[in-house]
Amino acid sequence: MNINTSYAAGRLTIFLAGELDHHEARNAIRTIEELLDEYMPRDCVLDLSGLSFMDSSGIAVIIRVSRRMKTLGGRAWIENPAKQPQRVIDAAGIDRLVPVALGK
Amino acid sequence: MNETNYIKLEFPSKSCNEAFARTAAAAFAAQLDPTLEELGDIKTAVSEAVTNAIVHGYPDTLGRIAMRFRIIKGNTLEISIRDWGKGIADVQQAMTPLYTTGGEERSGMGFTIMGSFMDKLRVRSSPGKGTTVVMQRFISPRQGKR
Repeated sequence: MNINTSYAAGRLTIFLAGELDHHEARNAIRTIEELLDEYMPRDCVLDLSGLSFMDSSGIAVIIRVSRRMKTLGGRAWIENPAKQPQRVIDAAGIDRLVPVALGK
Repeated sequence: MNETNYIKLEFPSKSCNEAFARTAAAAFAAQLDPTLEELGDIKTAVSEAVTNAIVHGYPDTLGRIAMRFRIIKGNTLEISIRDWGKGIADVQQAMTPLYTTGGEERSGMGFTIMGSFMDKLRVRSSPGKGTTVVMQRFISPRQGKR
């Protein structure tokens, strides 16, 4: 999978692209935590528009980012999930923990 | 049970095989002419079951994982994923949402997702002998199908 970022005015957007499964999750968590340490953002947006597949490992990544942002006193949310990740998010019920924003 | 086609695969419990396993499931399911959503559900459920076998069946060793896909009753895909690893002492507890004995990259939602994406989910396990997960998903025939 690929991870790209953009940063402006306290908001870090992390673009996750490709497939996020257990095999990829450990590296993804490490990369994202390094980014959060580097930017110390107020808001962290996980943009899932380029994510063609994720399973419950993706849920673990999202929950971790959300907890980390709470600890930093900031907020995290998901934007533009593709269809398959959206179904996994719905099945796991994490939209109650991490808001999902659709199509900007 | 009216079996019309099947395939059997076996691979070692390496995490790089997770992507292979779900892609193989999608390739086999294609003959039932599933929608993209149905394909996504099948891939996700297979990914969860194979990941469980890798993470919980063989936490400290490499072992065998066997997958069998069958088409039964005309339009139902049956998937069986088996390991000969540690096994699960309390299957009921393992299937509870958010319950996990895995590491930071696990969420405890694997069985919940398998259960909600498949029509039937059966888990048999005995400690020290291994675990078998059998799942079924009916694929609705589409209009205008050849």
